[in-house]
Amino acid sequence: MSDFTPPQGLPSKGKPSRLVRLWTRLRTINMGRSAVITIPSLWLGIFFFIPFLVVFKISLSESAIAIPPYTAMFAWNPEDAYLTIKASFSNYLFLFQNDFYLDAYLSSIRIAAVSTFFTLIIGFPIAYMIARSKPTMRTLLLSLVILPFWTSFLLRVYAWIALLKKNGVINEFLMSSGLIDHPLIMLQTNFSVYLGIVYTYLPFMILPLYTTLEKMDITLLEASEDLGAKPYQTFFLVTLPLAVPGIVAGCLLVFIPAVGEFVIPSLLGGSNTLMIGRVLWDEFFLNRDWPMASAVAIVMLVLLVGPIMFMRSRSKREEV
Amino acid sequence: MKLSHACVSVICAAAISGSVSAEDKVLNIYNWSDYISPGAVKKFEKETGIKVNYDVYDSNEALEAKLMAGSSGYDLVFPSNSFFERQVKVGVYQEIDKSKLSNYHNIDQSLTDKIKNQDIGNKHNVPYTWGTVGIGYNVDMVKKRLGPNFKLDSLDVLFKPEVAAKLQDCGIAVLDSPSEVMSIVNNYIGEDPNSESLSDLKASAKVLASARPYYKYFHSSKYISDLANGDICVALGYNGDILQAKARAKEAGQGVNIAYSIPKEGTVMWFDLMAIPKDAPHPKAAMKYINYILRGDVAASLSNYIFYAVPNTAAMPMLDADVSENKGIYPTQAVKDKLFIQVAHTSKFDRSLTRTWSNIKTGR
Repeated sequence: MSDFTPPQGLPSKGKPSRLVRLWTRLRTINMGRSAVITIPSLWLGIFFFIPFLVVFKISLSESAIAIPPYTAMFAWNPEDAYLTIKASFSNYLFLFQNDFYLDAYLSSIRIAAVSTFFTLIIGFPIAYMIARSKPTMRTLLLSLVILPFWTSFLLRVYAWIALLKKNGVINEFLMSSGLIDHPLIMLQTNFSVYLGIVYTYLPFMILPLYTTLEKMDITLLEASEDLGAKPYQTFFLVTLPLAVPGIVAGCLLVFIPAVGEFVIPSLLGGSNTLMIGRVLWDEFFLNRDWPMASAVAIVMLVLLVGPIMFMRSRSKREEV
Repeated sequence: MKLSHACVSVICAAAISGSVSAEDKVLNIYNWSDYISPGAVKKFEKETGIKVNYDVYDSNEALEAKLMAGSSGYDLVFPSNSFFERQVKVGVYQEIDKSKLSNYHNIDQSLTDKIKNQDIGNKHNVPYTWGTVGIGYNVDMVKKRLGPNFKLDSLDVLFKPEVAAKLQDCGIAVLDSPSEVMSIVNNYIGEDPNSESLSDLKASAKVLASARPYYKYFHSSKYISDLANGDICVALGYNGDILQAKARAKEAGQGVNIAYSIPKEGTVMWFDLMAIPKDAPHPKAAMKYINYILRGDVAASLSNYIFYAVPNTAAMPMLDADVSENKGIYPTQAVKDKLFIQVAHTSKFDRSLTRTWSNIKTGR
């Protein structure tokens, strides 16, 4: 995006016109590229970066009984043209001194990690099967994966309540078939939260996995077989390493929203399911402490974005 | 060109007509879900020619967040008294001129006096409904576990671990409202319900924590359908919600029999109030709606439908017998005397309360 300066110190005598031509060509390429990049950059700027700054600003104020319910950061005195900036870091201090928040973060990350793991275990065979099926079947199978998105997410979660509850469909069936005497307690447990997250986010795992698996060169598998590898060896030595980009993409797509998930644990989870989304809700609505809620959100973002940036830079280095 | 011209003229027309009639002909209401009798809004629109935009919320917190953010665009909202107390201090609401409400004399003054300290002289509110927080239970399930002669009129069933343990298998639900539940526990252990002392909070938290293992969940509305379906057998909840569950269970005809009792130890008495935000675009229309709600026949049909009490003397003779004679909706004076009003806490105490509550809920 920065202007390209013509390389200096290069032997410029001889054919300056060629260098100039090259220079103009490079410039036009850069212009075109930056034009393409502008729209997504603007989008990110307006809908991610600016809101992030607003939230960050609120996190540095103190809660107050007022409209809006926090203290102003900038105070402008027109008499002597004096601008006062007041930033309080007490919310962040409190966050780190109190192990309640740490517990909530850890518990969210654990729930998200376990769900991501199961999503991968279930999603991989499905994606593999779709990628290896006949091209005519693929469209049908893929649309079956996407189809549930056509109904409301909330309705689908409520449907799980009807399935899992004490006198719900599953328990009624198991009881009537004589497999169990007492209804199984499935709803309002961590189990139902895992189930809800895995069910909801499964397509986000399948789709990126499918694209990488579908692009994979089948001849490599044949070569591996020809060289005497057993099927499981081929899978672990050829298929799996080639699918890593899809696995990483899928895991990130599931893990990140799952950490901040609020709806699924509040509908399917019990009162003892501690997740950061709930803590945020409590700070915002019960304590009416918008600054603290903002600080919790900012720390969550940093905790999530940090490792992701690290992974990305590592995978880039590996590509090079 | 023609099209754009037409568009411009339409917009102009809308703007002009808007400026002429917007003040009177539109009303934006933000009320609790399932909190009005069917047809009441239509009737109001027909009588006055005012178009009502009716939005709903399901928690005081959601309403408060909207009001505190400013310019909500609503003309009439229905906060509960303890939330209202804090909001009115911030200056969220405008004064209501009672002399312009021809039906205001229908209000039962002995009830509104209870909250006159929360809004000095009740200048900014007109009460909509009132109710209690008490015990809803599945009669047969509880009898089966606690014996046929057990009289469920005490909070022991929720706060004594040895009693709660017997009901664990059929399910106990508790309102997810820290301030209300803690004031009830404070009162149960003989302390001031509105105490802000941390030692009282600790003592009450201990009582709750000891019974916590036998609770199924904390939630502020789920218990309605769960009671009706027999998924839980005891709930600490709002009287009208529990009586709605009872009605639903009766309709379903599965033999689920729900009852409500006001605990003998005393409990929270709350009011939901009608209030007009300061920046309301159509305050005159809001006044008309308040006056309409204060009419005896409208208030009676409201109470008959939602099973909450209305503080309206003109409505009393028009109530259905099963509503007016229901001691869970309209308790006797002796029971009323044991009820207390919950007041707003300081932010500092709210923080401790929320933290304690989170710890109890997550069993930490």
